Amino acid sequence: MNLRLNLMWIMALAVVTTSFHACRPKGAGSTVTGDAAQRTYIPPGQYDELYTFVSGGFSGQMSVYGLPSGRLFRVIPVFSVDPEKGWGFSEETKPMLETSHGFVPWDDLHHIESSFTDGMPDGKWMFANSNNTPRLARINLQTFRTDEIIEIPNTGGNHCSPFTTENSEYVIAATRFSVPPDGPGGDVPISSYKENFKGHISFVSVDKETGEFDIAFQLKTPGLNFDLSSAGKGVSNGWLFISCYNSEQAHTLLEVNASKNDKDFIMAINWKKAEEYFKAGRGTKQTNVRYAHNKWDEHTHAATSEIKTEVTVLDLADFEDLAYLIPCPKSPHGADVNPTGEYIVGSGKLAALVPVFSFEKLQKAIADKDFEGERYDGIPVVKYESALHGEVQKPGLGPLHTEFDEKGNAYTSFFVSSEVVKWNVKTLEIIDRQPTYYSVGHLMVAGGNSKKPYGKYLVAFNKITKDRFLPTGPELCHSAQLFDISGEKMELLLDFPTIGEPHYAQTIPADMLMEKSVKIYDINANNHPHKTNGEGDARVERDGNIVRVYMTAIRSHLTPDVIEGIQLGDEVHFHVTNIEQDWDMPHGFAIKGARNSELLVMPGETTTLKWVPDRTGIFPFYCTDFCSALHQEMSGYVRVSPKGSNVPLMSYTGEPRTAE
Amino acid sequence: MNRGQQNRSQQKQNNVKNYQKISKLSRAILLLGGIALFAVIVLPIWRIELIAPQYPEGLEMHIYSYKLGGQVEIINGLNHYIGMQVLHADDFIEFTVLPYIIGVYGFFFIVVGLLARRKFVYILMGAFILFGIVSMVDFYRWLYEYGHNLDPNAPIIVPGMAYQPPLIGSKQLLNFLAFSIPDTGGWIFIGVGLLLAYCTGKEFLLHKKLKNSTT
Repeated sequence: MNLRLNLMWIMALAVVTTSFHACRPKGAGSTVTGDAAQRTYIPPGQYDELYTFVSGGFSGQMSVYGLPSGRLFRVIPVFSVDPEKGWGFSEETKPMLETSHGFVPWDDLHHIESSFTDGMPDGKWMFANSNNTPRLARINLQTFRTDEIIEIPNTGGNHCSPFTTENSEYVIAATRFSVPPDGPGGDVPISSYKENFKGHISFVSVDKETGEFDIAFQLKTPGLNFDLSSAGKGVSNGWLFISCYNSEQAHTLLEVNASKNDKDFIMAINWKKAEEYFKAGRGTKQTNVRYAHNKWDEHTHAATSEIKTEVTVLDLADFEDLAYLIPCPKSPHGADVNPTGEYIVGSGKLAALVPVFSFEKLQKAIADKDFEGERYDGIPVVKYESALHGEVQKPGLGPLHTEFDEKGNAYTSFFVSSEVVKWNVKTLEIIDRQPTYYSVGHLMVAGGNSKKPYGKYLVAFNKITKDRFLPTGPELCHSAQLFDISGEKMELLLDFPTIGEPHYAQTIPADMLMEKSVKIYDINANNHPHKTNGEGDARVERDGNIVRVYMTAIRSHLTPDVIEGIQLGDEVHFHVTNIEQDWDMPHGFAIKGARNSELLVMPGETTTLKWVPDRTGIFPFYCTDFCSALHQEMSGYVRVSPKGSNVPLMSYTGEPRTAE
Repeated sequence: MNRGQQNRSQQKQNNVKNYQKISKLSRAILLLGGIALFAVIVLPIWRIELIAPQYPEGLEMHIYSYKLGGQVEIINGLNHYIGMQVLHADDFIEFTVLPYIIGVYGFFFIVVGLLARRKFVYILMGAFILFGIVSMVDFYRWLYEYGHNLDPNAPIIVPGMAYQPPLIGSKQLLNFLAFSIPDTGGWIFIGVGLLLAYCTGKEFLLHKKLKNSTT
């Protein structure tokens, strides 16, 4: 009896304990579709369906992946030096990183946008922005190289960029941090933000043929933080929608002070109207700006940098019908326009719902002057309800960005609740939600910012990866997660690590780019001033203390490979011309002690390494890119003698030659 | 009262006196319970786990009789977004007195075990229940205070939202699932309480049986 009673007590205790542990909530487990491997596996030798260009964030570069495999093909250096490719190290590429502040070796590449024709990616260029030292870049999709970088004046952090209009008439760049306009008037107390700090939205025109940038005009705005934007398309073509936070105009502890207002804004700009005013000469020329404009020349294989000193500014305060503010809850981040152009989705980072605005209603509200009683720094504020299509209720926590498919659905990323939510743009009903691992920032639907999304794939870019991959110390990769969105439910297919911090990406069908991809540079079209016309032309020339080595590279030797007569105090320029005309046959060049990088010279290209020897002796140089069976033999020597030495300047390959 | 009644009453009292002592098993339980309570002083009593998508491994806070343990710094860092006060051990008077109170209880368990008087077992049971109730009320009060007293300048303000973790069990608080459960010390405490209840029940029934058999 006693024993049974005791046993009962023990049993009861055990049940209580285990039941408490059983109700312990489960973490978000991994949910991968059963045949995911099959759907993402591209057999060796076969091609992916899509190119995906992924921003590198604080790496400053842009990477190129294939989908659905998630294979990394190339990292295109843009705003940061890349010793692997000699970017920012070779004499030809150094001007690309020049700014009004001088040579800047790093930046934070945030967003990427395709060049568009009629609202569809046209496969010509990718645009990218640098967030820190404000610049825009244009990447050539035939060479997969950066062709142009332009600095943006009057700007404090070029985050809201490089979003383009329906036909890439303009790439838009807007300041994340309002600052006093450039010029001597900038030395003001920081606490005078409200009077002295201004925003600027730049309209950078793109030449249809060459792609060349030109800052057409800037719109001067009240001090606000511009976060992201989308140009209108279809019915809303001619308009631009920009999310604005810090409507509080705080200048310190923004975390708190810029989060106070219940609503900030989406600024709707009639850019066609602005263009008209600009063309009518209504802007003011500002001549105290300085900004670099750097261009790559595919024929000289070299960049030039020029400092410009003029920009046309239109002050929003001087015009009645250029800009309107739509109240948008709690520090909006994404302002995304759906494929038809009718709906604008605002994602308030701290908001508990996602508002969707209607372009038609906005136009009506503007026509009826359905405005709030008070203007915001002179800009009319449209009544929230008047522009509102509706709100997505209980969508998730921390909405950031929205992309669209071709079936009328939207996909919004939620940073705090770490999920992607699919919802219907018209009915605002939530259809599906899938967890991301972890804390998704940007997301991209293939073609999701165009007029006709390609659908099928969605990639979520995650800030935190923690336990997703083998650990690599405190510094972990950010990740991309591929979902198949062709069905009703989103299906997770693949996790893959990324370079830096991916903010946004653009996807282009493979067949649009692969045919035009450049294989070699035509040696006959090479207009480099220090090109070597064949091995017979290889030589060494002295001009004062400047020594120029005209060198050729071909399998498996460098010409010349014996160089003597270099003296301490000389500045040696190795102009290496790769005289191969064969696909996938780059040659590298490196010399001992160079406080520089290697060169990586493509077939038909000439590239220069500057070397200042710091001691006398023999210095070997060699080809760094394993090019052929006798790659290890592809090397040479430079002899460095004391200053004033009587060793004659001479060079040869094969047979010794006398002094030149 | 007549004589016969008086005699019976006297006899009964004598019998009762004989049955004031408790069983050996109860004595052993009380002595062990006293020692176990001393252990509770240094063991975590309660734990609050926080699980979020970006914290799949979970964050834990352990509440001891004299301190807070676990990832309190990280939790404080996260709490600042919603304007929750910073958790400081110094703010809790409980951490100064609780170890002594538990110590005193442990001491009384041993004393009652040694004296082995049934009535003391009843008193101890009552005192133990009282302590349990007061502790849980106090704990609830703190949870309420932290969950509701939010900085009006917090970056994230969700209208009508409070962040009071549950006393026991789980509750979704924005992206965090808060899970509150006794920890080792707490389980020991509960175990000791259950054993004490067992002793009390056993002694009560035994006494009743003997009393009935003598009348």
